[in-house]
Amino acid sequence: MNILVILKMVPDTVEELNVSADGKSLDSEFLRFKLNDPDEHALEQGLILKEKSGGKVTVIALDAPEVDDVLYTALAKGADRAVKIPVSQAGLGTKATAKVLSDFFSSGAGAVTPDTLVLVGTYAIDDLEGELAPMLAVHLGLPYLGVVSSVAASDHGLIVQKEFAGGLRGEFEVELPAVLGIQSAEKPPRYVPVAKVRAVMKSAKIDEVEIPAPTDTVCLDVQRSYKPEAAGRAEIFEGSPEEVADKIVDALAKSGVI
Amino acid sequence: MAGVAEAAVVDRTTTLQTLLNTPAGKRMITCIQCGTCAGTCPYGDYMEFSPRLVINMLRRGFIDEVIKSDSLLRCVACYACTAKCPRNIRLTDVLLPLVKEQVLMNNTQMPAEFQKSLENMHRYGNPMGESPRKRTAWTATAGVKVPLIAEVKREVDVLWFVECYTSFYARGQDNSRATAKLFAALGVDFAILGNDEKCAGECGQMTWESGLFESLAEYNMKLFGKYKFRRIVTGDAHAFNAFRFRYPMYGLTQPVEHTTQFFARHLEQLKPKLKKPLNMVVTYHDPCCLGRAVGCYEDPRALLQAIPGVKLVEMVHNRVNAVCCGGGGGGMWLDTYYKQKGMDRLSERRVKEAIATGADVLAVACPYEVSRFEDALKVVPHDKPMVVRDVVELLAESIG
Repeated sequence: MNILVILKMVPDTVEELNVSADGKSLDSEFLRFKLNDPDEHALEQGLILKEKSGGKVTVIALDAPEVDDVLYTALAKGADRAVKIPVSQAGLGTKATAKVLSDFFSSGAGAVTPDTLVLVGTYAIDDLEGELAPMLAVHLGLPYLGVVSSVAASDHGLIVQKEFAGGLRGEFEVELPAVLGIQSAEKPPRYVPVAKVRAVMKSAKIDEVEIPAPTDTVCLDVQRSYKPEAAGRAEIFEGSPEEVADKIVDALAKSGVI
Repeated sequence: MAGVAEAAVVDRTTTLQTLLNTPAGKRMITCIQCGTCAGTCPYGDYMEFSPRLVINMLRRGFIDEVIKSDSLLRCVACYACTAKCPRNIRLTDVLLPLVKEQVLMNNTQMPAEFQKSLENMHRYGNPMGESPRKRTAWTATAGVKVPLIAEVKREVDVLWFVECYTSFYARGQDNSRATAKLFAALGVDFAILGNDEKCAGECGQMTWESGLFESLAEYNMKLFGKYKFRRIVTGDAHAFNAFRFRYPMYGLTQPVEHTTQFFARHLEQLKPKLKKPLNMVVTYHDPCCLGRAVGCYEDPRALLQAIPGVKLVEMVHNRVNAVCCGGGGGGMWLDTYYKQKGMDRLSERRVKEAIATGADVLAVACPYEVSRFEDALKVVPHDKPMVVRDVVELLAESIG
């Protein structure tokens, strides 16, 4: 199987996010980027598939701060090839990102073969609608299934489980080539010792594949970004633990909870 | 004595393959298989491969079997085996970390809580995954000025390495506020690294992750190189352990002291300031990295006894025999795993001993112990109230 995993960097919410002076974008002064969580699961699922059914795993990312670390980490975890497209991810909308990625597949550096499986995190904190994977599938003319939580190889392609609302799950037979949006891998993402990552940084290389930057970068014009406004309905009880406990009981009794 | 180990019996390039050719490894060949290590190990009963067996498997060429097992996840790096070994074999800080390193290299599935902490240490420089930019937030409540070494712009006597739990964890910050107050009261010329400081990485070294330790040690050494200071003082017994034994391999030349050692050295100056009587019975828990690792048992006790109104009582296991709190060697993040394996929590075992003394206060000298023992006290039944306080917190309270 020719497994390609799309990796995307997103703002790390451990650092406090602030709106910049223009009132529209994130303040980049202290902004750090990390790998999108579902993408980490997409990689894990790709590695599990490779271990069970054979094949090669290629990870692909657009340029972003700290992305090299993420690509080397993927290699240390067991990916066979890491590709960086030197087009800055910053300011690219999902539609433009999908275009750049699809151009990669037609560039000759990553052709869609009959056994190709493209794995994408099913959503990202800056793409909660989960549009990247279906848009990429449209560009590539491939079938797409999202919110996937299990993938196994079968005689005719793949058996894929998809999650639905209300705890329902559906099982699908998917023929390759295909694009899947991964919600979670069948096992939590593996740990890779830092020593392994450091060794890979010395021995392995990240392939840079030049793709022309898209001309129309965004389709949506952000009018205003702002932090949620506090409603002021929270009350902080002060006093000794016993006094606070009494106040909590009173409050619960008043509201009819107890 | 055993346990007071000299540094540099191995160097940073030693691996499991080369170990038996080093001075420390050659001692392992002389192991008499008496089993004292396995017997004294607090989790020895739960290990498929006890320390004694690990040595023998290494000598006989079967170490791969140990590496395939998760047996050493149960090692809390408490130095009990090392301290009791009649052949002075360095298990805790030489053999076992080298074996653990291979376990981690060959096993991709680690307990989730543990894995997250290691990833956090690597990415954020602290195991709890807090923003590095908030590392010095506690100084706003210190009550005294806590100078940043980058702003002092001259040599200081003491570089105070604050560390993670004492920076981010609310109860850990009590330790930092107390230390700042004591430094100020003694007129100590000190400064901290500020938000640039990252975890010393001891848990990387002791718990499997040599690469993680190396990246943190290289980072901190580079930072130290930017400034001039005469000594490092830290309230974190684990950081103390890293600076004492490992950082010299990375070029650290300044001496390191634990806060209890530093304040004990200044006890004559401190004594007249300890005015407020605390009127309490205190029992003291020896942290492994201060006790068995370097044999520092009396300094913290001397400090406690200098506080007016403190009566010191001993637990049944004390000094070299102290029972580990269970937080070392990654145990801090393996409680769920231990519970799943049906193992008792060492912090509960220890707190039962503290309760049996009838003391009001369980005094500690390592920031891991505060949360571990406070949590244990929530589940171990006891009639008389008991609180956990760091030695420096009690000193600071007594100077008023």
